[in-house]
Amino acid sequence: MDQFIQQMVNGISLGSIYALIALGYTMVYGIINLINFAHGDIYMVGAYVGFALTTFLHFSFFPALFISMLVCSILGIIIEKVAYKPIRNSTRIAALITAISVSLFLEYGMMYFVKAETRTFPALLPNKQINLFHTNIVLDIRNLYIIFVTISLMAILQYIIYKTKVGKSMRAVSLDRDAAQLMGIDINKTISYTFAMGSALAGAAGVLVGTYYNSINPLMGVAPGLKAFVAAVIGGIGIIPGAVFGGFFLGITETLVSAFGGSLYKDAVSFTILIFVLLVKPNGLLGKNIKEKV
Amino acid sequence: MLELQNLHVYYGAIHALRNVCLKINEGEIVTLIGANGAGKTTVLRTISGIEKAKSGKILYNGQELNSRSASDIVKLGISHVPEGRRVFSAMSISENLEMGAFTRSDKSQIKKDLDNIFSLFPVLLERKNQLAGTLSGGEQQMLAIGRALLSRPKLLLLDEPSMGLAPLIVKDIFSIIRDINKEGTTILLVEQNANMALQCANRAYIIKNGRIDIEGNAQALLNDEQVKNAYLGG
Repeated sequence: MDQFIQQMVNGISLGSIYALIALGYTMVYGIINLINFAHGDIYMVGAYVGFALTTFLHFSFFPALFISMLVCSILGIIIEKVAYKPIRNSTRIAALITAISVSLFLEYGMMYFVKAETRTFPALLPNKQINLFHTNIVLDIRNLYIIFVTISLMAILQYIIYKTKVGKSMRAVSLDRDAAQLMGIDINKTISYTFAMGSALAGAAGVLVGTYYNSINPLMGVAPGLKAFVAAVIGGIGIIPGAVFGGFFLGITETLVSAFGGSLYKDAVSFTILIFVLLVKPNGLLGKNIKEKV
Repeated sequence: MLELQNLHVYYGAIHALRNVCLKINEGEIVTLIGANGAGKTTVLRTISGIEKAKSGKILYNGQELNSRSASDIVKLGISHVPEGRRVFSAMSISENLEMGAFTRSDKSQIKKDLDNIFSLFPVLLERKNQLAGTLSGGEQQMLAIGRALLSRPKLLLLDEPSMGLAPLIVKDIFSIIRDINKEGTTILLVEQNANMALQCANRAYIIKNGRIDIEGNAQALLNDEQVKNAYLGG
């Protein structure tokens, strides 16, 4: 039982990282129907920005997190303007190929600048174990930091999307782009905001993972990017609560599978779940069948 | 107030509007009628800046609109209720109305205008926290009109407001359109229901295969034999 609770905390921590990245996938998909395969690499760039700030400029955790989010949001806006905007009205396969190219460009462009080797990310968070309520349950305080930061970011995102004018216009554009334009909503600006927010979340995830695992490299975004994409699809891509649910679901499942002896199979389990969900409920577990009223 | 001069619009290779000329004076209700696919909706979409004209001019109070963005055009006072209503189905009624006021920042005046919309359409007030997708067709049309009015338009473009609605509701909608016009908003009404539209409008244009075929006084067209046979069911 003690081990189960400890593993649950690990799972929630991993899941919250997946959820943070999945949110960016789902927001971008919701607004321009594009699977932004470069999203995982934005997360990698976030980790490197955090690494540079803390190693060379000796920033502490929260300022580094904040600046890294800012840099990633600017990067997201630039990627959209340069790579995706010119092909917005092309076929979806063209957009997909562009996204993969952007992803490779970021990976190998980064490798050119920082070299391919793995870097050691400084330990920014206190690496302390605490006993929960004097029981035998031992918690790593860094997991609690990760959970705290991700939940706060999700709460802020929730607030922005449902309560502010920018967020409401994002929802309007994702529901009906033409009608949103007729309201006077500037589509280009709204898409930029979406990329900025999604990329900022990925940047935050990069710094959190960097400080948790203490090691980063230019290809670190590939696997978590793919997993977060799977999480977004499991929850229902384009649906924000779906990304959060899918992220936690996948994180907890993987951690429990590893904990009970199946660590070699954890990826297989994730993708089996994906295939199963796609077969049974292609719109995702929280997705609705889209009906149109004429 | 609004003038289209020799407008040509293409969808890829398809020549959708050919040399369309149309004029709307301040305070009028002008209707644009025609068969399915004649180009009615394209005229409205081009005025609102969603489609771009290949050649020709759109003049609004002397200003050229061709190169302006859709959001600028809303700010200049042209509001468009699209075909099929297009309410934001997964947003609440009050959020939909809020989106209508997107270009404005005068909070206290928006609040007043919102109260006006609710007194014009009391059903929207009763359900203001409900999702727009749960409304009936007629209620969605009211919401779409209310939403468009919240940008404080001087010119309101209405695309088939009667589409898919029960005859009684259609009557309500047309009387609302007349009321809106009496309050001082100029209206360009696109309709397939030619009979209702001509009864409501001052002047009319009939569009056929992308060209303006007939234009004139709405009353006169209502009694015109040719129009009667082709558009009013004999």
